[in-house]
Amino acid sequence: MKIHEYQGKEIFRKYGMPTPRGIPAFTVDEAVRAAKQLGGSVWVVKAQIHAGGRGKGGGVKVAKSLDEVRQRASDILGMQLVTPQTGPGGQKVKRLLIEEGADIKKELYVGMVVDRGTQRVVLMASSEGGIDIEEVAAKTPEKIHKVFIDPATGLTGADAEGIARKIGIPESSVTQGREVLQGLYRAFDGTDASLAEINPLVVTGDGKVLALDAKLNFDSNALFRHPEIVAMRDLDEEDPAEIEASKFDLSYISLDGNIGCLVNGAGLAMATMDVIKLYGGEPANFLDVGGGATAEKVTEAFKIMLRNPKLKAILVNIFGGIMKCDTIAEGIVAASKAVSLEVPLVVRMKGTNEDLGRKILADSGLPIIAAIDMADAAEKVVAATTGQ
Amino acid sequence: MSILVNKNTRVITQGITGKTGQFHTRMCREYANGMNCFVAGVNPKKAGEDFEGIKIYGTVKEAKAATGATVSVIYVPPPFAAAAIDEAVDADLDLVVCITEGIPVRDMIRTRYRMQGKPTMLLGPNCPGVITPDEIKIGIMPGHIHRKGAVGVVSRSGTLTYEAVGQLSDLGLGQSTAVGIGGDPVNGLKHVDVLKLFNDDPNTSAVVMIGEIGGSDEETAAEWVKTNMRKPVVGFIAGVTAPPGKRMGHAGAIISGGKGTAQEKLAIMDACGIKVTRNPAEMGKLLRSVL
Repeated sequence: MKIHEYQGKEIFRKYGMPTPRGIPAFTVDEAVRAAKQLGGSVWVVKAQIHAGGRGKGGGVKVAKSLDEVRQRASDILGMQLVTPQTGPGGQKVKRLLIEEGADIKKELYVGMVVDRGTQRVVLMASSEGGIDIEEVAAKTPEKIHKVFIDPATGLTGADAEGIARKIGIPESSVTQGREVLQGLYRAFDGTDASLAEINPLVVTGDGKVLALDAKLNFDSNALFRHPEIVAMRDLDEEDPAEIEASKFDLSYISLDGNIGCLVNGAGLAMATMDVIKLYGGEPANFLDVGGGATAEKVTEAFKIMLRNPKLKAILVNIFGGIMKCDTIAEGIVAASKAVSLEVPLVVRMKGTNEDLGRKILADSGLPIIAAIDMADAAEKVVAATTGQ
Repeated sequence: MSILVNKNTRVITQGITGKTGQFHTRMCREYANGMNCFVAGVNPKKAGEDFEGIKIYGTVKEAKAATGATVSVIYVPPPFAAAAIDEAVDADLDLVVCITEGIPVRDMIRTRYRMQGKPTMLLGPNCPGVITPDEIKIGIMPGHIHRKGAVGVVSRSGTLTYEAVGQLSDLGLGQSTAVGIGGDPVNGLKHVDVLKLFNDDPNTSAVVMIGEIGGSDEETAAEWVKTNMRKPVVGFIAGVTAPPGKRMGHAGAIISGGKGTAQEKLAIMDACGIKVTRNPAEMGKLLRSVL
């Protein structure tokens, strides 16, 4: 799960990490009021969307008067912000963060993720902040410093200070740097984060170390113990189809193609998308109905796929194990009737009770195209979309 | 022969009293030598009771002491599953198979940390389990699609493993052991660990290795195969079409920071002498071609 920058900074402050003072705003008037309340003479108006690269897309602007705050806020609020991470359609800006300006002397990068190889949280830091860190990693990997954190001790003071020095935090500010880095680990661990990034972490003219940005993602498997984070979820930032699917415990992800896929199991679902592509088609979605699919779940899955205006055909690929093929077949028949299916439907079924499943489909009188294996299914569904 | 488990393996079921645990314990007992293999259950609140004749103990240690079991299988719900693994590790079992899906990564980091230097091996979490056809099935895979034979199967995903096994069986190619290592980012045995076991198993003559996007386990395994593996290995990686930054169902199946793409994995596997296919319908045929 993702949250906004201003919410990330609330969490940072809770863990004792300094950030610029800021106030979220949902309207232009609120933005101006926020700037007044903050005082000072320089403010930053920042679009709050979940995607990164906001500055590049014109979603972060400096204002030097309250009139400018008003102007910038009305420019950004409601805009369709396009960044390298939003896709070409962009994301509509519905929230702003108004922040006091900072006197930036140095821009640094700090990030944390779970390293699968060592099975530890890894702290990554670089003197090259404020820019695309993936580019730094690719071109000058020696500029990225890492610490693999021992879960028993947490991030030690010595390691944190070592990293602070390596990324160029001046000696007089190293203690602050250590506190920020240790705070970040405590926040990461304490909230069950899956990713934390501060880009940039800045050193100001008067030697303060500040988190100028905050990006936090959370392990969705751990949300059950963090109601305070679940409360930060912003459904406006999520795909409506994916939200709808999650209500029925379906794992669904929208893609750009026109062939809907309904599969049991994540690996098989990915493989099904791959085989469609291999035969010249484009999948419209990833959809894992899981191990315990019922007729109701299959019907809901069909409804969600059919809401996609680009959809030209559906491929159902089931490997029946514990879940029996006849159960799925009954679900497909019920769903096809319930949603008055108008696109071609190709079904491939294998495993437990496959003969019974095929018979149910054949006897249903529905124009279902049966396939014998994954390749046959892909070929048939691609042919169906191209009208052959 | 086989790896990890055989008809003489004795198994403790943790979470035997839950709905999932009961259902799958029944299925496992119906398979091959299952009636003799599944000898104990664990539930501290129901110690002394039994589940369809399988005695329930208060702790894994007690169950092990009373039955001599060396393996456990876990169906405990996600919030408590890591602690269940810890308990099995503390009882010095040889192998723990964790079926549970949805364990927080933080819990698994701590559990894996505790396991350092301990002899216990872990399969999963979020895995279908392990099966040695015609001998023993520990987990949730459909037993009837398997045939006894000489092909080793190792995979991160459940139904895609069944797909590979189904293709092999349809071609008359049986399996020595099929192993699910699970789709989570922090897990126990990796591809490379299982390949080492297959390499040393006299009855395994070739291996199908199935991976998916995310992480670098497949790359590590491929590098090992290049210099050490004495048997042919074929491979498939799911997720060529997966967009970066989107989690494809499994907690571990995500391309992040440009790393862990299927293309990259396939290229390295190919360079290390593993025959790969981009067509998941061809996994069985590809294996047959290397025999």
